[in-house]
Amino acid sequence: MNTKVTIAGVEFKNPVMTASGTFGSGMEYSEFVDLNRLGAVVTKGVASVPWPGNPTPRVAEVYGGMLNAIGLQNPGIDVFMQRDIPFLKQYDTEIIVNVCGKTVEDYVDVVEKLGDEPAVAMLEINVSCPNVKEGAIAFGQKADALYNITAELKKHAKQPIIMKLSPNVTDITEMAKAAEAAGADALSLINTITGMKIDIHKRTFAIANKTGGMSGPAIKPVAVRMVYQVAQAVKIPIIGMGGIANAEDAIEFLLAGASAVSIGAMNFVNPYTTVEVVEGIEAYMKKYHVEDIRELIGAVR
Amino acid sequence: MKQKVTATVISQKEIAPAIYDMWIATDLAEQALPGQFICVYPKNKSTLLPRPISICEVAGDKKALRIVYRIAGQGTTEFSGYQAGESVEVLGTLGNGFPVAAGKGKKVFLMGGGIGVPPILQLAKELREEGLAKEEIQIVVGYRDSRMFLKEDLEQYGTVYVATEDGSFGTKGNVMNAIEENGISADVIFACGPMPMLRAIKQYAEEKDITAYISLEEHMACGVGACLGCVVKTKKADHHSHVHNARICTDGPVFEAAEVDI
Ligand SMILES: Cc1cc2nc3c(=O)[nH]c(=O)nc-3n(C[C@H](O)[C@H](O)[C@H](O)COP(=O)(O)OP(=O)(O)OC[C@H]3O[C@@H](n4cnc5c(N)ncnc54)[C@H](O)[C@@H]3O)c2cc1C
Ligand SMILES: Cc1cc2nc3c(=O)[nH]c(=O)nc-3n(C[C@H](O)[C@H](O)[C@H](O)COP(=O)(O)O)c2cc1C
Ligand code: FES
Repeated sequence: MNTKVTIAGVEFKNPVMTASGTFGSGMEYSEFVDLNRLGAVVTKGVASVPWPGNPTPRVAEVYGGMLNAIGLQNPGIDVFMQRDIPFLKQYDTEIIVNVCGKTVEDYVDVVEKLGDEPAVAMLEINVSCPNVKEGAIAFGQKADALYNITAELKKHAKQPIIMKLSPNVTDITEMAKAAEAAGADALSLINTITGMKIDIHKRTFAIANKTGGMSGPAIKPVAVRMVYQVAQAVKIPIIGMGGIANAEDAIEFLLAGASAVSIGAMNFVNPYTTVEVVEGIEAYMKKYHVEDIRELIGAVR
Repeated sequence: MKQKVTATVISQKEIAPAIYDMWIATDLAEQALPGQFICVYPKNKSTLLPRPISICEVAGDKKALRIVYRIAGQGTTEFSGYQAGESVEVLGTLGNGFPVAAGKGKKVFLMGGGIGVPPILQLAKELREEGLAKEEIQIVVGYRDSRMFLKEDLEQYGTVYVATEDGSFGTKGNVMNAIEENGISADVIFACGPMPMLRAIKQYAEEKDITAYISLEEHMACGVGACLGCVVKTKKADHHSHVHNARICTDGPVFEAAEVDI
């Protein structure tokens, strides 16, 4: 039985990854999960300099999911490369670093520094965080802006790049095609869906930032639909995410056209989710006599 | 080691209006420290996030934990319906806990306000085990009214001073008023309660030039330091992100009052 998948020339032992921002750099969850079992660890977004993030409350619960507006708090690329990469290198898993920035130069700076680190297999470019005022999302909501930043980063990146798409657009296939045309090696989707919650007792917003990105099981049907649409529109591989809670959910994404999947908010609910998904996919393959996981990718058209 | 486990409810009762007292059987008790907390997961799958609840008491045989909580919303309403024998998913033990050693050989204030009272109990118990006399363990607690909870439990380990908002028992007002009215003082403070109380304690400790350890609250998603949801502004750069935002769930919930901007 083969569970290996290849994305832009990088081989992953299985298609199960962590979703950026929900797993730190793996350190916190390594108490619960053997990181060696995962296809890849995708790190929290890292910028060229430290970012303090947003005021609290930063998280709120909503029906079947949550809102967050962390605001990309991160220690900056220098600390990250000295501390987080060496930590992850101890494990037999691929390292994907999620990159954020306010300007194109910010992104280029981080991408160039990471180019010196051969242990990093791929870069995931976050142009879709709804929680920071400048930059980020602006690049992810207009096809020409997305094309430009993708093309620029391709000039500087040593590793293959994954463009992470926002669901907060009218037509996600337009964005996917723009990224592909600019040379993106892969796509990941979806980032969170912009939402809002009002505390009726306090008559305030539940999140200090007023809006927050929604994630968790409640967004899964939207995510599956978008992965399917994008899979029909482009040829580059897709990493699918949004509300995955178990192997059944993950398999839905594979069948819709994703070559790999990421687990986000459900890590908070069940810290063992990632490994349970790895095991559940194997059990599904046995049950249906699937010899090679690649038979599942995009099998439902 | 942090673990998510299935615990079993041993007993549950309402000890004051909307305040519930639950004992759960779990091996997490072996590692539990005063001031640490556990995350309790509702069974209802529409309410996914864990509910952080302080450890109120650890059973003598270290096989069970006691939590005391107020009904605040959907999750705690669900918990209040649990019967003995029922299972409950919990993650623990989390956070740093109170530095018991900082109270050794000192005269201490243990201050709790409202639903901040529960973690004070295990702390009082452990300070007593550290050899402090009952007179040195000055427990100052504040409630809304005379429908108090955990008062008798606390009296086993220290001298209890009470304030009630409506004056129906003890000092009328808050815990600071109770300190004043009773003319008491301490070398070090340990506290848990609402933000206005913690701010008053921070100021009091600065004026008296003593150390106060305060337990903070924030909305949490992971409870283990991964999501960066639960931060507090700190004087020094935090060791994780170096941006003066420490994580309450892992760097706290207990902080030195002088170290945080609240
Ligand atoms: C470290 C820590 C220790 C705590 N210890 C206790 C305790 O011993 N006893 C007790 O009664 N309460 C305690 N609380 C508060 C308790 O977590 C909340 O009352 C509880 O989460 C409310 O859940 P709910 O589903 O009933 O309310 P809802 O309002 O339905 O909850 C919705 C969401 O908001 C979160 N939330 C709501 N209020 C709070 C709050 N005050 N703090 C953090 N998250 C909140 C919930 O966890 C949930 O994710 C503690 C909080 C923290 C951070
Ligand atoms: C608390 C939190 C923090 C996140 N931080 C990032 C981030 O730094 N960069 C990023 O690209 N996506 C971030 N995301 C989005 C997730 O990676 C993922 O795309 C989204 O949550 C959908 O998946 P899920 O429903 O499984 O959580 C974050 C999500 C959450 C819940
Ligand atoms: S709750 Fe996630 S970092 Fe504290």
